[in-house]
Amino acid sequence: MLPNLMHRERKYARRLQTFKNQLELQSMVWPGIIFLFIFCYIPMYGIIISFQDFSLFSLNSSSNIFSAYMNSPWVGFKHFKEFFTDPYFLITLRNTLGINVLGLIIGFPFPVIFALLLNEIRNLKFKKFVQTVTYLPHFVSWVIFGGLIYTMMATDQNGVINVFLKSMGLIEKPVEFLANPDYFWAIVVISSVVKGFGFNSILYIAAIAGVDQEVYDAAEIDGCGRFAKMWYITIPAIMGTVSVMFIFSISGILNTGFDQIIVLQNSLNLDRSETIDTYVYKVGIGQMRYSYSAAVGLAKSVVATLLLFGANYTTKKLTEKSLF
Amino acid sequence: MKKVNSTDLVFNILNTIFMLFLVFITVFPFWVCLVGSFSDSYEYTRGGIFFIPRGFNLYNYKVVFMDKTVYNAFLVTILRTIIGTVSSLLFTSLVAYGMSRKNLKGRNLYMSYMLVTMFFGGGLIPYYVVLRKLGLIDNFLVYIIPLLFSVWNMLVFIAYFREIPEVILESARIDGVNEYGIFFMFIVPLSKPVFAAVALFTAVSHWNSFYDSLVFTSSNKLQTIQLFLYRIMSNSSEAAGMARAAAMAVPPGIRKPSSETIKLATMIVTIAPILVSYPFLQKYFIKGVMIGAVKD
Repeated sequence: MLPNLMHRERKYARRLQTFKNQLELQSMVWPGIIFLFIFCYIPMYGIIISFQDFSLFSLNSSSNIFSAYMNSPWVGFKHFKEFFTDPYFLITLRNTLGINVLGLIIGFPFPVIFALLLNEIRNLKFKKFVQTVTYLPHFVSWVIFGGLIYTMMATDQNGVINVFLKSMGLIEKPVEFLANPDYFWAIVVISSVVKGFGFNSILYIAAIAGVDQEVYDAAEIDGCGRFAKMWYITIPAIMGTVSVMFIFSISGILNTGFDQIIVLQNSLNLDRSETIDTYVYKVGIGQMRYSYSAAVGLAKSVVATLLLFGANYTTKKLTEKSLF
Repeated sequence: MKKVNSTDLVFNILNTIFMLFLVFITVFPFWVCLVGSFSDSYEYTRGGIFFIPRGFNLYNYKVVFMDKTVYNAFLVTILRTIIGTVSSLLFTSLVAYGMSRKNLKGRNLYMSYMLVTMFFGGGLIPYYVVLRKLGLIDNFLVYIIPLLFSVWNMLVFIAYFREIPEVILESARIDGVNEYGIFFMFIVPLSKPVFAAVALFTAVSHWNSFYDSLVFTSSNKLQTIQLFLYRIMSNSSEAAGMARAAAMAVPPGIRKPSSETIKLATMIVTIAPILVSYPFLQKYFIKGVMIGAVKD
């Protein structure tokens, strides 16, 4: 009788302990769950406003956000039709795709090539120095970097690029880099590469560092030169990382860096610089056309998701590596 | 010994030159900005200041530090960086600790719930509408609250917490220390490197953040330094206002700083904290990237 009771009491105490322990853990996790519900899941549900006529008035006059959604009239695909027939549809789509495809073709291989070439530098101190310096622009905001670009490309006597081109006799009068829409895509792509190539190469450099030195030694004994080693050992070693990064880049192909574009954009280059993201911002926040701009944003996300799955499928077929 | 043939030698030389070229194009724009900021505004207008300052003076900086708008913008930026980093670190690491415990009930479900948000979102406008309803638009808290929790950083923390030997924690648990006690007394001190790495990334993104200030605030009081710089770059009347303020900061008889040189000085002051701390903190930055990548 007595031992049995003690046993039950102990069992009860242990259960209480487990329950208290669980309560503590749950109380740590739940703030995160609630946070994501408010800042991620409600906005996801809020996509329904792109099928409604949602106004600031209905938002302010409703007691909570859900009744604001409920009180707004449904209009079906009206906003999507409006966007697809708007001249801005083709302009923003062309610019978004143009900047990103160009960025992918030039910007994607550059960090890989940089990592391969840096690996060939024998002097470790110099290698470290190059790494340290080239990572730096990544940590500077686009506003600052844009400011540097404006200064470098100025048309007056302080625009280094124009002064240089002139002294080389390549141009007669200063080129208006940022006022001429024709240069905009190139400026965006090149400045992205300059700002990001160092930092974007970190993962490739790490993958190369992971290769066992013995493999190189063995190859050398077999008579492999430097380029043969690069081709047969180093490049295959980083292919996995390359393909994963490639899928990420494809899925982000409709995400022009908002900060970069808005900083480099001005009224003169608008024809080549207005992207879907900047358009959504101007129409949605500036003109408060919430439903219309939400529809534009949704159209973009749908295409981006399709691209992600497509890229994943293709890479899986080609290299047997994939994200999911 | 390795034998060096002529192809190798040529390649080495070209490769080194290419690397030096990359270093040059990375550093040179910053250098031009630096020498310009120390130059006399009249000399700057004459142009050609690329390597050394002409008419060296500190008046541009004096204006930057005396102007009320700039001062306020720096204050907002410093406050959001400090408050935002500390609060986000605390919030995210606590959730991460809970999520790292294997005996947490519903852990897999919670994890899927969280991972979904890394791939899907409502987009800018539905997000903006929610912030508006919460009263966060044009409110200082918009810099803090929506950034309290980051799933990505949580995954970085979890990856690190998992490495901590369970034995240490188990003995504390037997002594009756509860989970919060274990977190603050054992986990935090044992995880200093990961806290440092995440703190740095969070602080840099707060310092550099421009988007939220542009989109979610409209009052001048809440303007961050990045937004201020954007405004003087894109809006000449704003820049002219700065130049007028400049006239008050400099003693008579000395040439007034121009809006151009003031802009350069403000840019230098804005990147200074990052530039100065960067060489010392670089290893943490890289560590942070690596922890994040390994977890993939």
